[in-house]
Amino acid sequence: MQRYSAFSLLRHGINRHTTWAPAWRSPPLKDRYDVIVIGAGGHGLATAYYLAKEHGLTNVAVLERGWLGGGNIARNTITIRSNYMRDASIPFYVKSVALYEAMTRELNFNMMHSKRSMIDVIQNYPMMRDRRRRQHIMDIYGSTYEQISEAEVRRRIPALTGGGPDARLPVVGGYVHTDAAINRHDAVAWGYARAIDAMGGEIHQQTPVTQLLRGADGRIEGVETPRGVIRAPKVAVAVSGHTTTLTETVGLKLPLRTMNLTAFVSEPVKPLVDVIVNCPDAGFYLSQSDKGSLVIGGAPDPGQSFRRDIKQTVFEDTVSAMLSLFPSFKKLKFLRQWGGHLDIAHDASPIQDETDVPGLFITAGWWGGYKAIPAGGLTLAHLVATGRPHPLMEPFGINRFRHLDYVMETGTTTAR
Amino acid sequence: MMQIPCPFCGPRNESEFSFGGPVKPPRPDPSAVSDEDWTAWLTQVPNPLGPVQEQWWHVRGCGTWLTIWRDTRTHDIVEAPDGGR
Ligand SMILES: Cc1cc2nc3c(=O)[nH]c(=O)nc-3n(C[C@H](O)[C@H](O)[C@H](O)COP(=O)(O)OP(=O)(O)OC[C@H]3O[C@@H](n4cnc5c(N)ncnc54)[C@H](O)[C@@H]3O)c2cc1C
Ligand SMILES: [Zn+2]
Repeated sequence: MQRYSAFSLLRHGINRHTTWAPAWRSPPLKDRYDVIVIGAGGHGLATAYYLAKEHGLTNVAVLERGWLGGGNIARNTITIRSNYMRDASIPFYVKSVALYEAMTRELNFNMMHSKRSMIDVIQNYPMMRDRRRRQHIMDIYGSTYEQISEAEVRRRIPALTGGGPDARLPVVGGYVHTDAAINRHDAVAWGYARAIDAMGGEIHQQTPVTQLLRGADGRIEGVETPRGVIRAPKVAVAVSGHTTTLTETVGLKLPLRTMNLTAFVSEPVKPLVDVIVNCPDAGFYLSQSDKGSLVIGGAPDPGQSFRRDIKQTVFEDTVSAMLSLFPSFKKLKFLRQWGGHLDIAHDASPIQDETDVPGLFITAGWWGGYKAIPAGGLTLAHLVATGRPHPLMEPFGINRFRHLDYVMETGTTTAR
Repeated sequence: MMQIPCPFCGPRNESEFSFGGPVKPPRPDPSAVSDEDWTAWLTQVPNPLGPVQEQWWHVRGCGTWLTIWRDTRTHDIVEAPDGGR
């Protein structure tokens, strides 16, 4: 693998950037692998990376319907944090945040990781209690949460001028999560792809899986694609919102539904907010990108959806919520809107397990699953390679629904 | 914006409604069905690329509850796939 450094930048710059090697190959598609990973999003790529790195499994193909890193990994608002609610969840997210912090070095790829804190702006005492409950659990696992006063909230976010004493929901205080960060989503996808390729794994774009194939013994046998049947004794489904679309082809039913989550960005403006601002009572969150745009997200559209744009109602609700706290943003012009569709499980926690079809694995229900990419890949690779769940993912098997042992998670969504 | 047909008020903007969740079969008697059917009723809904049946509440209108079929790919309100049950 060609290493990236200031020196290599200079050397290739002198050659007018004509001498860079491609970051990954496009090898011919074989008809058999040890493991097929479906979906070259964050979770699929991280899984293939850890299969090679931790378990020496390199006869692995990642099959992607569109282009690498073009799914939800390209559509999310890149908030990385571990302020979750449950004992089962927090250690997993603490691990994932730590893996993100080490990723630039590990993958020799600049993630532009920017650890900048998230401030929850609280406008309701029940929400304050929810945050205090979370803090007590987070303290156990080394995640950071600290209550601050209303005055301190306003000192740290000067643009927050709404929510005064006469507002319908006055700001009553805040919570600070100093571990929170944003980084560069393309770099995550490309950095993993380059590392997988260097270790011998393959990524095949424009290769949609149309059908999962089971053998006569009931085990998974492979997948069908327009480029032909590809066989493998182990298949991992990492397709974000489309999990049920695929698992239904082998008759599996899962407690997942697919919903539409959206975001929009403003024109670039001068540095204005240097933290991630989350307003769970108003129902929106925002951060400012390096280019100066405000990146704004709100609550999901309520019903099931496979759409990839924002609905007018969601846009209007989010904007009016934002203006109630940031009235000066009325003058901002918006540049772009977009959406993604994600599956969410019945209890709002992820599902990662081998299914009732032996050899078929799923990693799904990643509602706020960008932050979960490195640890989700680590744990899925462990499960696929060893047949046993990784300790961090053990609580998130499918059987929890059979035992009605839900991991109800209120930390999954930012805006609510 | 989605226009939801209210049986009393006619087609009205979605912003007048509150989402009431997918339509489920009636709650079974847990002791009369298998564990599998019981947990499936509790935790699973159909998740098709296509029509789903759901309830909406005309909360900022006449207050009635209604049921529609909506296509998850387009959000168009569509005919019941089986011609109405
Ligand atoms: C607007 C928005 C904001 C978000 N904000 C955050 C946030 O701030 N923080 C956070 O942690 N998370 C956030 N998320 C969630 C996060 O984006 C997802 O949980 C995460 O990206 C999902 O995992 P992934 O990267 O593997 O998914 P994807 O990138 O969607 O990868 C799945 C891949 O599978 C491919 N695929 C699908 N079907 C097939 C098939 N049949 N055959 C082959 N390939 C197939 C797709 O093309 C896609 O490339 C947000 C999501 C959205 C939409
Ligand atoms: Zn009405």
